[in-house]
Amino acid sequence: MPTEFAIRTDLLDKSFGRTRVLDQLTLEVPAGAIYGLLGPNGAGKTTLVRILATLLTPDAGRAFVLGRDVVAQPQRVREVIGLTGQYAAVDDLISARENLYLIGRLLGLRPRAARARGAQLLAAFGLSEVAGTTVKSYSGGMRRRLDLAASLVGRPAVLFLDEPTTGLDLASRNELWDMIRVLAADGTTVLLTTQYLEEADRLAGRVMVIDHGRTVAEGTPAELKGMAGGQVLEVRPLHGADVGGAATVLADLTGAGRPVVAGDLLCVRVPDDDLVAAAARSLDVAGIPVRHFVVRLPSLDEAFLAITGQHEAGASR
Amino acid sequence: MTVFAQTGVLARRNLLHVLSDPEQLIGITVQPLMFLLLFVYVFGGAISGSTTGYLEFVLPGLLVQGIGFGTTQTAIGLNADFQRGLIDRFRSLPMARSAVVAGRVTADIGRTAWMCLITVGVGAALGFRLHGGVAGAIGAFGLVLAVGVAMCWVMAFLGVSLRSAEAVQTAGFLLILPLTFASSVLVPAASMPGWLQAFVKVNPISVFVTAMRGLLLGGPVAAPVLQSAAWIVGMCVVFGTLTVSRYRRRA
Repeated sequence: MPTEFAIRTDLLDKSFGRTRVLDQLTLEVPAGAIYGLLGPNGAGKTTLVRILATLLTPDAGRAFVLGRDVVAQPQRVREVIGLTGQYAAVDDLISARENLYLIGRLLGLRPRAARARGAQLLAAFGLSEVAGTTVKSYSGGMRRRLDLAASLVGRPAVLFLDEPTTGLDLASRNELWDMIRVLAADGTTVLLTTQYLEEADRLAGRVMVIDHGRTVAEGTPAELKGMAGGQVLEVRPLHGADVGGAATVLADLTGAGRPVVAGDLLCVRVPDDDLVAAAARSLDVAGIPVRHFVVRLPSLDEAFLAITGQHEAGASR
Repeated sequence: MTVFAQTGVLARRNLLHVLSDPEQLIGITVQPLMFLLLFVYVFGGAISGSTTGYLEFVLPGLLVQGIGFGTTQTAIGLNADFQRGLIDRFRSLPMARSAVVAGRVTADIGRTAWMCLITVGVGAALGFRLHGGVAGAIGAFGLVLAVGVAMCWVMAFLGVSLRSAEAVQTAGFLLILPLTFASSVLVPAASMPGWLQAFVKVNPISVFVTAMRGLLLGGPVAAPVLQSAAWIVGMCVVFGTLTVSRYRRRA
């Protein structure tokens, strides 16, 4: 099996009862990258991670981590992976130090080496000062950091992060993002699942959007934004009273999307540049002065909605 | 790293839980003490005519009963590991599958030994004497630990099979209460109705208690010890296999 991809799946199927969770899912993650797996709740992200982490077996299809078959060689896969799940899987009743020592020993480190590795990680994750207290008393952010540290004890070449920042406040989220970037810079391959488009946009070099267990789109965040129908025109009329009028004018432009109004700001998708000029002329003709007239790429949020929306429409047809 | 070393590391972790939790520590110390005092002073006079006479009769049985109730903690602890997601972490490590359950069982044997020592210590203070000699006492201690191992595997199976902590707690209680009461732990079977006597006779708890009485108080030991050994091996093999296979498959 060629190993140019750190993670490779080939037509994976998985059903729970009569619900199909993964449907011929194929994924290729290059080594040393942060790869984002993006999708709404129930899209199959966690199931895919659990198969790759050897916790579940697929019904059909194959999956490889560093060329090791997750079904045929699970123990060899476990040697090279780290897993951080949706909830912090650490032992509440013992200290952070004991948690990391436990994992180190289970990975075959000698007592002294396990202590040293634990101390190193506690320092790197800013937990040295609370290392001796039971985890029960930790904040959500501290628990997640410990969870991430626990998955790094064995210096895994491939790291699975399943919604690592769900439920965290903004500051803790930023801290965790910085830590993930440092890991990737050191050559670790990171497969990150997330519901947050911003997270994928900020961290991942490539993103795959999945829904109902199928691939909906794949590419760099910029490419995905491009797939959502090009650029977005933002218009803010000078007078608040003109918002309705401006919406009517923009809605009448042939070829443009439906304008979305948020307060006094109107956003409309404009697939080609001529429409921007047309919008400017039409607003002028209608006698609506504007104080903000900007063309930008759509946000990943808008792209995501557009992509999964098209998929829904396609599926229901 | 061998499965034994991994088991040891996990057993250490489980013992740390007990040592770092004063409530558990008090629980496993006070519970055997309370059982002994309550049964001896509440029932002693009525059943045996005197508390000292009943003390001799009931102490070997209370050791076995204490193990029954004590090992429900095995089920609860394993179940909690699943709930916390810790089992997922262990299963994504390149380690032996059986070590998680074996580590739990090993730690619980330590707890069991502690509870037995408390019971015997308090019993001695109240006037319990070992008529079976030192060899008998050592044999009884070995037997009680072996019964503990067997019971742990039964409880471990409950722990990995049932979903919620409440269900585990209830099932453990519903299993242990009739098994220990419908046995020769607390009263001689002679006063019970015939159909119950039939059950008491085949109940493994009675078999264990008979062997314990023989070893601690003197008397015939060969047959009950052999029967006990057969039960212990059978329980370990059946429930050990069931537990490990259930553990492997539980997603």
